[in-house]
Amino acid sequence: MKAKPIIKAEEAISKIKDNDTILVSGFMGVGSPLGLLKALKDSGKKEMTLVCSDNGMFLGDESQATGVAPNVLAKQFKKFVASHIGLNKETQRQMVEGESEVELVPQGTLAERIRAGGSGLGGILTPTGVGTAVAEGKEIIHVNGRDFLLELPIRGDFTLIRAAKADKAGNLTYSASARNFSPLMATAGNTVLVEADEIVEVGELDPEIIVTPGIFVDYLIKRDKGIN
Amino acid sequence: MEYKPDKTKIAKRIACFFNDGDLVNLGIGLPTLVGNYIPEDVSIILQSENGFLGLGPEPAKDQHNPDLVNAGGVPVSILPGGSFFDSAQSFGIIRGGRLDYTVLGVLETDQEGNLANYMIPGKMVPGMGGAMDLLTGARKVIAATVHFDRNGQSKMVKSCTLPLTAKGEVDYIVTDLGMFEIGDNCFILKEFFAPANPDWIIENTNAEIIMDPDCKEYIFSE
Repeated sequence: MKAKPIIKAEEAISKIKDNDTILVSGFMGVGSPLGLLKALKDSGKKEMTLVCSDNGMFLGDESQATGVAPNVLAKQFKKFVASHIGLNKETQRQMVEGESEVELVPQGTLAERIRAGGSGLGGILTPTGVGTAVAEGKEIIHVNGRDFLLELPIRGDFTLIRAAKADKAGNLTYSASARNFSPLMATAGNTVLVEADEIVEVGELDPEIIVTPGIFVDYLIKRDKGIN
Repeated sequence: MEYKPDKTKIAKRIACFFNDGDLVNLGIGLPTLVGNYIPEDVSIILQSENGFLGLGPEPAKDQHNPDLVNAGGVPVSILPGGSFFDSAQSFGIIRGGRLDYTVLGVLETDQEGNLANYMIPGKMVPGMGGAMDLLTGARKVIAATVHFDRNGQSKMVKSCTLPLTAKGEVDYIVTDLGMFEIGDNCFILKEFFAPANPDWIIENTNAEIIMDPDCKEYIFSE
């Protein structure tokens, strides 16, 4: 197996350009690649589109901001694609004041759109959102007497995820509920940056427990335990 | 009758809906309280939509695993026999009809089984999170809510004015005054909780309620 480059977070982030779409793992910050997000913040990149299940937590105290919230506070995004933004006051403010656009997507639909983006599908059909504001402007397709919404695939220029263990070939395992969107996003980014708690030799991970095959991964970054 | 909100009653009543072995997802807030009152002889499996089955109680502080939280972000545990999976599988479980029940909070719910709980235009736009999928996918939906909002208006209404989380998916409504099902463009009062009585409930709710012929008082165990 070809070894994946192991690089610093700053170098990984330097590959991202303003206006790129990035997919970021995490559920209320749990499973977010915090080292990469810190380097992203320090980089000053802007006008990006963020695809992330939520916007982390920011309730007014910047020192308590979690997940992608510090990046939101640094005004790095022109658009948010998310299922929930209710725990980030800054996202709400940017939306209300017209600084950023928010596309709310049901969480299961978000997962499937990313899966579709990563697996060569032209979209997915879901009953979720039929008869609600989510259906506005979308094609309704009848299958076996039931209405479904056609939801289009999502891909990113970059995927930023956190893994528990990576081997040097990029095979990944995850930790508990920190898994969430990571295995899906790993398949749907043009360049995939993985922040791993631990990087081990090829052969040390039992193929039976690998969740994400290394072929999806472009760069490995060792997680700095000092970043929380 | 003087109304005093009582979330414990709601949680206790809903906890008695489930059969042994049911797979259940409890929403954040009031629905989470339901987990505290499951009868001892009933064992249910709780799903957490952020990616696991076998949701267990919050462990002691020194046992917290920062990677293991419920859908509200609260540190929890996973019970023996539990399993982890990604968000696509998690919502596959939900939309795929595997959930026997979901219990969700309410801003408004109406007599056609519609439910609104994810935004108030111009005021509050938290987003739907997993709620649209849960309402659409679960076999039975229980709407859990105090009967009146802060302004004294019933949260059960004729027709929702807020953006819907899902259309026609609600099966049961449990408030601190009673338990209701959805009828033909009306609520059906199945049970009332003392000190409320059916006449008072019907008079003080801004919606069409008919009394089930078998409507009875539900007696809470201590």
